[in-house]
Amino acid sequence: MSQAVLEKLKERFGTAVLETHASFGDETAVIEPSQWKSVCTFLREDPALDFDMPVDLCAVDYPTRTPRLEVVMHLYSVPLGHRIRLKARVGDEDANGAELDSVTSIWPGMNWLERETWDMSGVRFRGHPDLRRILMYPEFEGHPLQRTYPADRTQPLVAYRTEDEAGMPLNKLAPFGADEGMPFGRNQSRRREES
Amino acid sequence: MGDVTHSMTLDASEQGFATTRVDALLGWARKYSLFCYPFVTACCGMEFMALSSPRFDVARFGAEAPRFSPRQADLLWVVGTISQRQGPVLKRIYEQMMAPKWVFAFGTCASSGGFYDNYTTVPGIDKIIPVDVYIPGCPPRPEAVLDGLMLLQDKIARNERRPGVVKPRFDPAHSADDLVHLRRSAADPRDLLPAIKEEEAKAERIANGGTS
Repeated sequence: MSQAVLEKLKERFGTAVLETHASFGDETAVIEPSQWKSVCTFLREDPALDFDMPVDLCAVDYPTRTPRLEVVMHLYSVPLGHRIRLKARVGDEDANGAELDSVTSIWPGMNWLERETWDMSGVRFRGHPDLRRILMYPEFEGHPLQRTYPADRTQPLVAYRTEDEAGMPLNKLAPFGADEGMPFGRNQSRRREES
Repeated sequence: MGDVTHSMTLDASEQGFATTRVDALLGWARKYSLFCYPFVTACCGMEFMALSSPRFDVARFGAEAPRFSPRQADLLWVVGTISQRQGPVLKRIYEQMMAPKWVFAFGTCASSGGFYDNYTTVPGIDKIIPVDVYIPGCPPRPEAVLDGLMLLQDKIARNERRPGVVKPRFDPAHSADDLVHLRRSAADPRDLLPAIKEEEAKAERIANGGTS
């Protein structure tokens, strides 16, 4: 399959394109984070590329890598019918300082996706007009899709009823077992507490 | 009205007197006129719709009137997953209802959080508000919900506030003989289904000129 988009990117940005990968027409470019916005501007404005549709934006946490977070963006060109996947690696080994330029000025549709990426994975977007949490509530601490977030840690907004208040034991009634749910997440955090 | 005698003592004389306890009479009246507030958040809502529609017809139990103001309702149906973010809303709605009030935990998620054992879900609404009847199932069959409704009516008539759980009508784990077991031998798998072998033998006999 063609790698036309990747060729154009490499020609224009040279070493700022850290890695490329293409299989079955599925083109991926890993971009130097500082060049994120200029690459996006180029992809949007070059008439031979014309990526007018922001499909998706998310981040993946690789706890063993530094930089730890990998932001993944999918773009599609409606008039030309081609796609590209951009990646940028940000954040230190504790996923701190993960920052990228916001691309909401290029694609207004990226607004909520960048908020979601901030909320779930903790990547800050510089220049975003309104970078608030979008799925979780403002009181929530941490970013639940980072691998270091315990699977069973909840942050209730309402204090749970105590057994005194309820006047009865609040353990699960039959047929519900105490381990109803995902035992693997529980066991992991229990092991972490014990060690 | 066959079960009136269970909940109160009616002693009608020829002069037309009837004596009963006031609370028993109130309980009898309340249990057939439940005004419902459906707090429907997730997929169990589809089963709630089935329950409300003519096939299962919750109106037979006097619990068909939905009231979309908690102040006019006395039965709160919590139907579906409650996220931590919805917790304050659920609690406020419960507090806005007038006493006496009852709560259904409809489905496994409302009862215990189900498999959403994670950062986003309340592990059972009884962590936030009292629950009268738990209806397990993912989603529960409408029959199970009707069982729960009858259980609630019974509780109302007896003025009983301890929680109840709808039991499964048939639990396959309790009669393991009825279950299919994994066969680890390399024998003919059709041995598992003698009926098929019988059919095959029959067909063979017919093909060979036999009668049946």
